[in-house]
Amino acid sequence: MNGQGTHEGWRWILRPELGSVVAAALLFTFFSIASSGQLLELKHISGILDTSWPYGVVAIAVGLLVIGGEIDLSTGVMAGTGGVALGIFATELGMNIWAALVLSLLVCLGLGAFNGVVTVKTGLNSFVVTLGMFFGLRGANVAVSKLVTGDALIEGLDDAPGYEDLEMIMASVLGTPPADFRVTLFWWGGFMILATWVLLRTRWGNWIFAAGGDPDAARAAGVPVDGTKVALFMLTAGAAWFVGVASAARFTSVQAGQGVGNELFYFIAAVVGGCRIAGGAGSAVGPAIGALIWGIAFTGIPLAGWGSDWRWAFLGVLLLVAALINHAVSRFAERETAQ
Amino acid sequence: MTTAAAVEQAPPADEQSAAVMAMEHVTQRFGPIEALNDVSTEIHRGEVACVVGSNGAGKSVFTKLLSGVLQPSEGEVLLDGKTVHLTSARDARAQGIATVHQDLALVPLMSVWRNFFLGEEPTVGRGLLRRINLKLARETVMAALEHFGVEIGDPDRPVHTLSGGQRQAVAIARAVHHGARVLILDEPTSALGVRQTSEVLRMVQQTASEGTAVLFVTPKSGHAYLVGNRFLIFQRGRLVGDHHRSELTREQLTAAMVGFDEATRLERELVSQQAAALGG
Repeated sequence: MNGQGTHEGWRWILRPELGSVVAAALLFTFFSIASSGQLLELKHISGILDTSWPYGVVAIAVGLLVIGGEIDLSTGVMAGTGGVALGIFATELGMNIWAALVLSLLVCLGLGAFNGVVTVKTGLNSFVVTLGMFFGLRGANVAVSKLVTGDALIEGLDDAPGYEDLEMIMASVLGTPPADFRVTLFWWGGFMILATWVLLRTRWGNWIFAAGGDPDAARAAGVPVDGTKVALFMLTAGAAWFVGVASAARFTSVQAGQGVGNELFYFIAAVVGGCRIAGGAGSAVGPAIGALIWGIAFTGIPLAGWGSDWRWAFLGVLLLVAALINHAVSRFAERETAQ
Repeated sequence: MTTAAAVEQAPPADEQSAAVMAMEHVTQRFGPIEALNDVSTEIHRGEVACVVGSNGAGKSVFTKLLSGVLQPSEGEVLLDGKTVHLTSARDARAQGIATVHQDLALVPLMSVWRNFFLGEEPTVGRGLLRRINLKLARETVMAALEHFGVEIGDPDRPVHTLSGGQRQAVAIARAVHHGARVLILDEPTSALGVRQTSEVLRMVQQTASEGTAVLFVTPKSGHAYLVGNRFLIFQRGRLVGDHHRSELTREQLTAAMVGFDEATRLERELVSQQAAALGG
């Protein structure tokens, strides 16, 4: 049985994040020219990164979930849940900030586990399950906040004991404007490296690919597919929690209604980053680059002198193009197989 | 590359070797339907036992009982002479009984080595640093395939880029590597061309000659006759024939697989039609 020899030539195209890296470079070049070089200024580079990181953090987790064959529409409002829980625990209940952090994380992980368990036990599509969670949390975030604090805006987080620590690890700024960078950028990079390690080097990563690629084959080989999926739903909830509390640490307040709509950005970043919508393929670097593309466009479009409204149109086109490339690569791979 | 002609020179099964698996008076019922009726047989180390018969003859119920998917209504399944109660396919695999189904249970988008070790990944390090031993995994899979004379070039190739025969080879090599003493192959050559079929048949034979008991389920008498040492012929839920290779010609095997009953009935029908045509 001789190797077919042809696969070497086209295998690079299967590197899932490649398309997003090329697209990011092209867009950055394009908007640099279109903005007459303004985009290259340090304050705008800083702005791109500051826009990108929250999307990037959650998109990495969503990317792993998509590779595992599922989708989570509750990630946007889950950030609000994390913030509201932290706010109530730290201000109304007067807890130490660390205790409030841990408890709010447990709330989010619990909700993520609920998403996962309902999905794997009922066999319902995760689109439906997490859409229910989306509306549930969208209402509950604001309702609970009003019920406990009397307002949809929880303020005074900086009065909670230990707030300085939280600010330091999640909201401190390195450098001075225009070259100011948030510490969260390092978290983003760290999560990307960690997720890549998990995906490519650990058993759990192997199970994620298998759970999304062919769940029946994975089960036949003894992979705990259901457990892997539940853990992935907890991971996306945990990533959303991180963004929620990092935002609370930065502004010392929590908007209970925050995050609505972001779940779609996270998903788009994952797909633009080359995660296969049907599951089974993708990377952790890709979604991070996908979020960076959004940051480049978000900053570059107004600098190029176009109306900010074009950002949304851009996002729509970007998703469609990425999905088409995604599809074409899959078809190409299938044709190579058929020979 | 071994040819089909070389494959035919099968080493005879060691008659002295003890039975790895056995069935004693096994009956399987689904409600009022008797899918398998009082079957007793043995499977030995180093033999290729072909399970043949037409659709609905009981082949698949027989193999499902051996692979733990079904539990017998009556009778016993024995492993190494002791009665076992296989509760699931997973349980059976843990005891060294592996089944390679037609769908192969390979994940097409994943690499050969990732598939080979799926669920059994070799690791190094401890705690948070515990990671897959990539070098060992890649080398092991290449060595395991080379052992069967299969060359795929690169262990990182996604499985969907392999030929049908290569995929079958990966599935068989995986089962053998993970300690299969009894290997059940469910129609492994059904979807393959001539050359790939001969390569898979050669693997089947090599696996058996190295001490594994191979149960080869196939609807193709030609393929069965090329590699089989023994032929278990099923008809209507009964084991109607348990023949050593020397007791059967290829034609007899083919006739047996179609079903003696059916062949006789067809012949009678044909004769009566001819008679009617002549008379009219």
